[in-house]
Amino acid sequence: MELTGLLAYLISFAIMAGIYAVFALGLNIHWGYTGLFNIGIAGFFCVGAYTSAMITTPQPTGVYAHYVHQLFGWHLPFVFGLMGAALMCGLLAFFIGLPTLKLGEDYLAIATLGIAESLRLIFNNEQWLANGPRGLMGLPQPLAHLIDARHYNYIYLVIVLAVMALIYFLIERSIRSPWGRVLRAIREDEVSASMSGKDVFAFKMQALIFGAMVMGVGGALYAHYSRSISPSVFTPLYGTFIIWVMLMAGGSGNNKGAVLGAFVMWGIWIGTQFLTDFLPYTVKSRAPYIRFLVIWILLEFILLYRPEGLLGEEKRVSKLIE
Amino acid sequence: MVELIFYGIVLGSIISLGAIGLTLVYGIIRFANFAHGDFMTVGAYITLFLISIVMPWLGIPDTTFGPLSFGLRTLLAFPLAIGAVGGVAILLDRILYQKLRRSDSNLVIMAMASLGAAFILRMIVLILWGADSLFYRPGLLRPAVELPLNVKVRPDQILIMAVVCILIVSLHLFLKNSKIGKAMRATADNMELALVSGINTERVILWTWGIAGALAGAAGILYAIDVQVHPYMGWNFLIPIFAATILGSIGNVYGALIGGLVIGVVQQVSTAFLLPTYKLPVAFLMMILILFIRPKGIFGSK
Amino acid sequence: MDILEVKNLVKRFGGLKAVNGCSLGVKAGTITGLIGPNGAGKTTLFNLITGHLKPDGGQVLFQGRDITGLPPHEIFHNKIYRTFQITREFSHMTVLENLMLMPEDQVGERVWNTWFRFNAIYVQEKAIKEKALEVLEFVGLRRLANEYAGELSGGQKKLLELARSMMADPDMVLLDEPGAGINPSLMQKLMAHIRQLCEEKNITFLLIEHDMNLVMNLCNPVIVLSEGKKLTEGTPEEVKTDKRVLEAYLGGQYR
Repeated sequence: MELTGLLAYLISFAIMAGIYAVFALGLNIHWGYTGLFNIGIAGFFCVGAYTSAMITTPQPTGVYAHYVHQLFGWHLPFVFGLMGAALMCGLLAFFIGLPTLKLGEDYLAIATLGIAESLRLIFNNEQWLANGPRGLMGLPQPLAHLIDARHYNYIYLVIVLAVMALIYFLIERSIRSPWGRVLRAIREDEVSASMSGKDVFAFKMQALIFGAMVMGVGGALYAHYSRSISPSVFTPLYGTFIIWVMLMAGGSGNNKGAVLGAFVMWGIWIGTQFLTDFLPYTVKSRAPYIRFLVIWILLEFILLYRPEGLLGEEKRVSKLIE
Repeated sequence: MVELIFYGIVLGSIISLGAIGLTLVYGIIRFANFAHGDFMTVGAYITLFLISIVMPWLGIPDTTFGPLSFGLRTLLAFPLAIGAVGGVAILLDRILYQKLRRSDSNLVIMAMASLGAAFILRMIVLILWGADSLFYRPGLLRPAVELPLNVKVRPDQILIMAVVCILIVSLHLFLKNSKIGKAMRATADNMELALVSGINTERVILWTWGIAGALAGAAGILYAIDVQVHPYMGWNFLIPIFAATILGSIGNVYGALIGGLVIGVVQQVSTAFLLPTYKLPVAFLMMILILFIRPKGIFGSK
Repeated sequence: MDILEVKNLVKRFGGLKAVNGCSLGVKAGTITGLIGPNGAGKTTLFNLITGHLKPDGGQVLFQGRDITGLPPHEIFHNKIYRTFQITREFSHMTVLENLMLMPEDQVGERVWNTWFRFNAIYVQEKAIKEKALEVLEFVGLRRLANEYAGELSGGQKKLLELARSMMADPDMVLLDEPGAGINPSLMQKLMAHIRQLCEEKNITFLLIEHDMNLVMNLCNPVIVLSEGKKLTEGTPEEVKTDKRVLEAYLGGQYR
């Protein structure tokens, strides 16, 4: 009994870490390879989660229709949710990139941040869109009929890891190809890359969209794991910055680093939860802030003393033919 | 509507103070300081600490000045607190940004470090004071005076604008006349040239942080007097501040002033049509529009 | 025949006219030198030709085509390559990757091809790598192929720039002070390479240079720029003895 409890705990840990790894992989396309400064991951997280939720749930009928409002409800299988989430996020990325990618990096940063904050406010205040602050509940879980509900997480872990592996493979392929080579050249020196005949804007746009689509899939995976989503989930701290710390810790410019960073940092995050359990009752309510403070100080130390993270970028990246 | 425009100018003058500091840092130290909003928060909370703990302990009376909602305690706390925020900004530079500058870090890395600093400051505020809204003088009624054109104004708001004017005029005189102010302008124009002509850039950077921090602190305190103290108040100002900075052209102090006023007025007027919580998306939308129409801002060349 | 023609080009910075109605032509198959006092507008002219800056007036024609104001990557597609005064290699990429980046329109530069046309990419990558190694052999950087480009010495970076230009198969290369900051023996090597490329591959060179020794040995003709326009043009000997050129240089120094 004790063992199964621990095992169940580890499984749910691995699911969340795996979902975060998907986000870290997406961010790695943006920041690690292209140098795009996206600090609004929460926005893509949010759009991915809501899109998939609305694609897979039916439009509420009868009595429920009075209480639950949502823009649409297509009641389609999970896979369509994932694809829809990716497409929606890609579209959003396109519109963010249009005015900002020709300008300096800070503009993209402030634009992504602005989108993320605005979206959260909009989802919170517009009842008709996705049920306002109460959010959407009862999202379907794929293959749930195969197994007893108590053990469902085993199946979901496999799904998350499979999706993560597929994304990892797709990214590795394109990063090791000439496409990734151009992205890294843009990261190193935009002017020189354009003088070498590369259409910098087009490549940055592709990278922005690709990374955002990966983040959208991450959002969808999260939505169907937690089965209920509301705007309060997609805060800058949980939705954006913890992912940055994961990528920086693991090693930006390295996909293995992104995955490793997600698991390590999620481990540290969960671990500090155990530690704060020992705090006296009076300060306990503020324990999450202390944990975040520790994480942020850790980030500053990484930036100062180990900017390459645990696993730095490999020296030879375009090695498709080896 | 006239009333909304007036409130917009009050809000805008607070945004301007923040934007001026941001634009100075942007122009001189050349990176986007995402911790700027949280400097405001820190200023407001340091004042709260002085008013509610230090001053009662020192026995300074809790009076109010005439129709204003605050008195001696706030008056004394204001210069101390903005000095302290300037100190916090300088301290952050010494322990964080200076090291990154010396290791020739990418500007984006510095911006990221400032984001980290923003969260560290906010987490400290949250740990010490918790997540609730607080007031400098809880429970105080704040009567409004009726002006012509049906405008209801609180005396506090007039004073806020006066303080902003004083701060901006002194900054203007400082940049124009003092040696270090001139050096700051020269560095903003051309970093390499300033270095060659013997300007001590480290000293300029130190002053820039001090001034930017102090202005942000002042903005935070004024907002706290007008509305409330909240751990996320500065973060919510970040987007409007950036919008104002970009609108007024990055590095341009007077542009930031005008940009702040424009953003403030538009945000406030938008509440006539939209939910008040949409002030932030409105500022964001303004910024995107500027980026489409005139990415270098109203005072930018080309 | 002029491969590159510049007509009445103007560029203002504020009130200053950095390039002031400049007209000149570069003959195909030559190594043309571009000299002039500091502030004559040489680098600005390069930036205008290669799309790094947009001109305020005038025209740039390349092989008869109007390329005025095109973005840099399209200038590149017109077979013009340029280098910078301070080399701009991709420092956190290997020397080999720096070269393999150059060929235009690679199959694997389209992201969907990286998933669906693996074989085509594989074949092309092999060919590009082979060519890159050959080029590295030519400039003598072969043994550094797998080092970070940022770790090369100043002179090696200049050779890397030349190697990158060879990967691009250009018709014309603009070199901004190729000889600056490199030692004499490396300079000899560089000059020999440029000459060889010009003769064997029929690449036209236009180069800005302050080292008169290099200009006099390598370039013919030499174009002199002063105050944003062409002052004169001629063989190295003609230019060296031209009084106006001397005055422009002296004037430039004592202003």
